[in-house]
Amino acid sequence: MKILVCLSNVPDTTSKITFTDNNTAFNSNGIQYIINPYDEIALAKAVELAEGGKGTVTVIHVGEAAAEPTIRKALAVGADDAVRVNAVARDAWFVANQIAHYAKEQQFDLILTGRESIDYNGAQVQGFLGELLSIPSISIAKKLTINETEATVEREIEGGKEVLTVSLPIVVGTAEGVAEPKIPNMRGIMTARTKPLQVAEPVDVPLLSKIAHYETPPARGQVKLIDKAEIAQLVNLLHSEAKVI
Amino acid sequence: MSILVYIENVEGALKKSTFESLSYAKAVADLTGETATALSIGRVSQDELNKVGQYGIEKVIEVDNNDLEKFVNQAYASVIADVAKSMGATTVILSNSFSGKGLAPRVAAKLGAALADGAIALPTISGVTWQIQKTVFSNKAIATEELHEQKKVIALTPNSFEAKEAAVAVTIEKYEPQLAPNDLSTVIKEIVRATDKVSLPEASIVVSAGRGLKGPENWAMIEELADVLGAATACSKPVSDAGWRPHAEHVGQTGLAVSPNLYIAIGISGAIQHLAGVSASKTIVVINKDPEAPFFKVADYGIVGDAFEIVPQLIEAFKAYKNN
Ligand SMILES: Cc1cc2nc3c(=O)[nH]c(=O)nc-3n(C[C@H](O)[C@H](O)[C@H](O)COP(=O)(O)OP(=O)(O)OC[C@H]3O[C@@H](n4cnc5c(N)ncnc54)[C@H](O)[C@@H]3O)c2cc1C
Repeated sequence: MKILVCLSNVPDTTSKITFTDNNTAFNSNGIQYIINPYDEIALAKAVELAEGGKGTVTVIHVGEAAAEPTIRKALAVGADDAVRVNAVARDAWFVANQIAHYAKEQQFDLILTGRESIDYNGAQVQGFLGELLSIPSISIAKKLTINETEATVEREIEGGKEVLTVSLPIVVGTAEGVAEPKIPNMRGIMTARTKPLQVAEPVDVPLLSKIAHYETPPARGQVKLIDKAEIAQLVNLLHSEAKVI
Repeated sequence: MSILVYIENVEGALKKSTFESLSYAKAVADLTGETATALSIGRVSQDELNKVGQYGIEKVIEVDNNDLEKFVNQAYASVIADVAKSMGATTVILSNSFSGKGLAPRVAAKLGAALADGAIALPTISGVTWQIQKTVFSNKAIATEELHEQKKVIALTPNSFEAKEAAVAVTIEKYEPQLAPNDLSTVIKEIVRATDKVSLPEASIVVSAGRGLKGPENWAMIEELADVLGAATACSKPVSDAGWRPHAEHVGQTGLAVSPNLYIAIGISGAIQHLAGVSASKTIVVINKDPEAPFFKVADYGIVGDAFEIVPQLIEAFKAYKNN
């Protein structure tokens, strides 16, 4: 089974988010980058599925050379090889087109993405990929099992879950439950250095939209502390002041 | 030119987020001078479909086909795109719900449309170019996205646009979709729904608890508080990682981002990753025994004290308020 895992390189979850150039660009100064946490789940699942010679795992990242430590980490976790499409990841439409272009030539059985990236939170790449490759896309996956050429996916729906079966090839957007993220060991880190990391040039994609500017949410006011002996006062304030009950 | 708004149902009943999408579509139509038409897929009664009129939309296109009884992403996306093409709609609006997130990119790709996912406000329109706000970095920032294409798909974040009543009469028109076999390759085997619970993504009140609760056995009081308020329950990440609560309840940067009217956080420290997903809530109440807990810095109201002492009293206070 040939598996492709799409990796996004995102600011560490503790990052304070700021902008530059008159709030038109993200300020990456001093930001530590990590593999998108949901993509780590996708990667762990892919490695698990391919274990024991049952398949191969390729990771793909659309981005600049600065993301290579992230890609190497994925190789250290157990991916067999990697591709970096050498371009600024302008938006999800651009990224999905690059990945689809690569995937079309390679005929993957399973393409895994995280349910969304924790930077732009678009949750778009999996759907775009499904459409560009004319295959089913399923998100938010909580469980994934593969039996020969058929996948069984448990997906989250509002207030419940849904179990579905579908023939490969498919795209799946993963979340907690699918697999436990893996931490690379020393051997993995050593072998990652010798694994192939191919650099591909991007294809042209028309620009349909762009982020014009950013703002940070307005600061919240001071907290009103309520004495624990006067809990009824909280109820009154929620009703008459905040007007939320 | 017109606007198509896809309306979601759960087992035949229109969802709360659907009413928000309808009101949003009506408001966008008022801005552009177009008309908005609703599209329903699945088995929904005429009475339910007539509700669309309460939000100012005069026409519903009804697709009720045996193959489409259950939500199949690919097939639904095909139907939405086909209907949009057949009526010449240039804007498609849907909810950024779990299924909406799967549909929006597929519909946009089929139409060659620009996609604004997670919209939180009405667009600012300047000819073909529309600017729409969305939250990014898990609520740590707001981005204004500029859509240059004439065709647009907008996925509206639940709870970010209030449903407004504006009653009109409704006509319902049937539509027979042409489905490709490929659209129906996914087979839904089983759907399990907790019908008695308020759905977390749509909830206007959320009662959330963290590791301060010590163990899963102490959640009965959290559920009771949620029950009294008609709220959904949520939790911090370590709580779901420990298996005290299902992952579907985990909110924050790597969980669900929520923006209810009222978020009550009990025994949660307020780590940056937790705040990222909840700080867009309109009003935040924090109960924590540590007066230095970071959560107090973003809270509107706070009580410093032991949850095991305070929550039972709070339940009584809300009950008394409800009974008055
Ligand atoms: C990559 C990454 C992603 C993450 N994503 C998320 C995320 O999406 N969501 C998330 O929540 N976390 C996330 N975290 C974890 C986050 O950093 C914190 O560890 C977590 O939010 C802490 O949860 P907590 O507040 O329940 O527990 P704790 O930090 O243990 O805090 C418990 C709080 O309860 C209080 N308390 C204890 N007993 C009582 C009592 N009897 N009465 C009242 N108060 C009491 C304590 O004073 C304390 O403030 C992430 C971490 C990482 C590294």
